[in-house]
Amino acid sequence: MAEQTLNAEGLNCPLPIIKAKKMLKTMAPGDVLNVRATDPGSVADFAAFCNQTGNELLSSGSEGEVYTFQIKRG
Amino acid sequence: MLDAAQLENSKSMSIIVTKGSLDWAYPPFILASTAASMDLEVTMFFTFYGLPLLKKEMNPKFTTVGNAAMEMPMMGTHIAMPNIVGVLPGVGAMAGTMMKNLMAKKGVAPLEDLREACVELDVRMIACQMTMDLFEYSPEDMIDGIELGGAATYIETASKSDINLFI
Repeated sequence: MAEQTLNAEGLNCPLPIIKAKKMLKTMAPGDVLNVRATDPGSVADFAAFCNQTGNELLSSGSEGEVYTFQIKRG
Repeated sequence: MLDAAQLENSKSMSIIVTKGSLDWAYPPFILASTAASMDLEVTMFFTFYGLPLLKKEMNPKFTTVGNAAMEMPMMGTHIAMPNIVGVLPGVGAMAGTMMKNLMAKKGVAPLEDLREACVELDVRMIACQMTMDLFEYSPEDMIDGIELGGAATYIETASKSDINLFI
């Protein structure tokens, strides 16, 4: 399983989602994308994104002011 | 009661884009690019003042006039601009520049980038033929890959779409 990281810090809605989708497209099912974002809206949005697209939100957390997400490509 | 968990997620969306000022151009491009990122089939129908958003050189203008609810964050408070000031020469352009600077500072995508994302995500874009004729635009003025169509083209698409928005 390959892992990739997307640094979406400083980007506002909807850029973290669009950039995450762009990277997920290039990855294989089962691969994991680690996202770092500072947009507080991304917490609700990555959950919604994963519900809709069939990618799995493995974890959603925060480190200081950075929100972190682990998304498994569906 | 309706159990939302039992429902299928929507698979398609259409948006009628009727306004082309800087502020009004954002909602349709944000929603279209996001929906396409979420695997929806998205169609945008550009009509009347939304049509210039398809021009190769997009340069949406901004005005504070007639926008009674607009207030900008400034020095810890919010400042509204009276209409009478907004009509003075140069004030609209200045306010537009302020708005673009504020957006850049807050990490909001430039409009061009959101439109480019829509193109990359295969959002179907239809230019209203009647508005093209009315305001004398030619297809060469517009970005590549768009379709021309009328109300019937839109209605056919809308009748098959789960979500239909008018912005």
